[in-house]
Amino acid sequence: MKKLIIALAATAAALGSFTSGVQAQEKTKVCFVYVGTKTDGGWTQAHDIGRQELQKAFADKIETPYLESVPEGPDAERAIERMARSGCALIYTTSFGFMDATVKVAAKFPKVKFEHATGYKASENLATYNSRFYEGRYILGQIAAKMSKKGVAGYIASFPIPEVVMGINAFELGAKSVNPEFKLKVVWANTWFDPGKEADAAKALIDQGVDILTQHTDTTAPMQVAAERGIYAFGQASDMIAAGPKTQLTAIVDTWGAYYIKRTKALLDGTWKSEQVFDGLKDGILTMAPYTNMPDDVKAMAEETEAKIKSGELHPFTGPIKKQDGTEWLKAGVKADDGALLGMNFYVEGVDDKLPK
Amino acid sequence: MRIELERRASASSLFALVSPILALVLTLLAGAIMFLMLGKDPGHALYSFFIEPLLEVWSLHELAIKAAPLILIAVGLSVCYRSNNWNIGAEGQFTMGAICGSMLPILVPQWQSPLVLPLMLVMGAIGGALFAGIPALLKTRFNTNEILVSLMLVYIAQLFLDWLVRGPWRDPKGFNFPQSVSFSADAVLPELLESGRAHWAIVFALVAAVAVWFMMRYMLKGFQVTVLGSSERAGRFAGFSSRRMVWFSLMLSGACAGLAGISEVSGSIGHLQPSISPGYGFTAIIVAFLGRLNPLGIIASGFVLALTYLGGEAAQLSIGVSDKVTRVFQGLLLFFVLSCDTLILYRIRLIFSDGRASAEARSPHA
Repeated sequence: MKKLIIALAATAAALGSFTSGVQAQEKTKVCFVYVGTKTDGGWTQAHDIGRQELQKAFADKIETPYLESVPEGPDAERAIERMARSGCALIYTTSFGFMDATVKVAAKFPKVKFEHATGYKASENLATYNSRFYEGRYILGQIAAKMSKKGVAGYIASFPIPEVVMGINAFELGAKSVNPEFKLKVVWANTWFDPGKEADAAKALIDQGVDILTQHTDTTAPMQVAAERGIYAFGQASDMIAAGPKTQLTAIVDTWGAYYIKRTKALLDGTWKSEQVFDGLKDGILTMAPYTNMPDDVKAMAEETEAKIKSGELHPFTGPIKKQDGTEWLKAGVKADDGALLGMNFYVEGVDDKLPK
Repeated sequence: MRIELERRASASSLFALVSPILALVLTLLAGAIMFLMLGKDPGHALYSFFIEPLLEVWSLHELAIKAAPLILIAVGLSVCYRSNNWNIGAEGQFTMGAICGSMLPILVPQWQSPLVLPLMLVMGAIGGALFAGIPALLKTRFNTNEILVSLMLVYIAQLFLDWLVRGPWRDPKGFNFPQSVSFSADAVLPELLESGRAHWAIVFALVAAVAVWFMMRYMLKGFQVTVLGSSERAGRFAGFSSRRMVWFSLMLSGACAGLAGISEVSGSIGHLQPSISPGYGFTAIIVAFLGRLNPLGIIASGFVLALTYLGGEAAQLSIGVSDKVTRVFQGLLLFFVLSCDTLILYRIRLIFSDGRASAEARSPHA
């Protein structure tokens, strides 16, 4: 009863003071739109950790509101527009599927700055940022080839967009640099975020006889399935060691914080410009989780490859590389340029799957 | 002391009026307590939930966009439910309507004419109606259960759409992303006003609601729906065919859902993609019942439900509660509305145990 009275009083008080709720804000707002929940253990969580680091770095200067679980489509456009109207100075939209919605809202609000993750459409006030995940995936491939007894790995993929195809190819190239006969099976989950579907895909792959799993989806579900079935797996976007202490070999960890801090500083200094950023291991936008559950020689190999990629000595997409059908793609010694990577639409030799067309 | 629900001799007209207001007050109270316990200012929270989305013109447009499919589908469903036919598959009819209507802009994009859009809308409605015809056919022919059939057909429609946009209808220039080509300008449902994104779907919804209300109130068809719905036997004696009513009600609701589907795709999305609805077809069932299966009530309940979606977003941004809290809050609202409606048919009686009973309870040899 007492609570009821408090609530009644509070409601009455609040009704009388609506205006006090919407005070003018002095701090600059840097806003985030997430496709999943911020505790998904993967993609969105990595962005949210970046947001928290950003908030800490400019504690008294900025605010960082965010919207979770925003569906890609018309709802995204409304969510982004709401942010633009609520006084956000810089808005991060952190999923590929927000691209068209971000483009539309950015055109409507020329004074607000937008940054869209992993997309390819930019404008005066819309920047894009992406990470060279494929560098990490090449290392995963090498480890997989060393650790797999059967020589077959399973890959849980999301959508057959260039970004994902690039990752599959990098993994296979890394594996083949160790074991030229290595095969890769792919299952398309057709979602970024769906623990149930991701777990089903993991089970299907294990039933087909793979003994190592990797994923390009957002949750820890595949890691948990791998742990139950007693095979190894790689984490994705966040360090997933908690979901599989004896299962995770390493993880590609997205470390967006430094990037967010750099760009927000530019915003506060008035030097923000629309750019199309494509950073990698050496820039710190991507880091490898500790190499665990593997013998020392495998760990040494992974560390060496990581160092070589950072120093620029090794580019995962260096010829000779053949396409899946056996035709030549890159001649010996030729490196793929970024344009070819970002539009990648075919498998390399050794991927045991037909690319959905 | 015990609390008992006792059936009233007839529905209480007082509580029919009071119950929505009571529900709203209880929701506000429960919501305020919840926000207090989360350490948020409940006034501010309720303000951002219910008032903030109504203060700006653009936000009203968004409200109309969100409410339109809910109202349009729910109006069709209300006829179905009144006639005692339980169409649970509006989500599938919505999807099929969207697919049928999209055939023109996707398969013959070069044909540009003012005729494209009206044809799309008609094809969308027909697509939805035909898809709802499947449970009607099975029910009238084989006496199958339309609840199960229509529900299962939802998954078929969704997977068919999924297959289309990943396969034959995929945009060849779309970087392999599963979506169709974007509709040409002629195939896009135009916006109503300069000031925001709201398009003609909301007009369709309101017209449909008023038309169905008129039919139910003033036309023989509406009378047939009510009679057959409340007593099939009585309807038969009056010479009404319950078989034809199955067809009529299912196809009407299918057409409404199909029209909602093509309007959403054409007006809000602009292309086909694997997921075109955040569950409008299912939410519309709630909207229909919240509106007491009355088309005019459905207009109100459609806007209220749309408001809670928008308010949920506003609350996330302005007071920083998680989206889960906003879902719980929506749940509270529905819970109170539906449970207060119990009072229309039942009265609550407090039963105090009398002295003798308690004396007996105390005596050792009772």
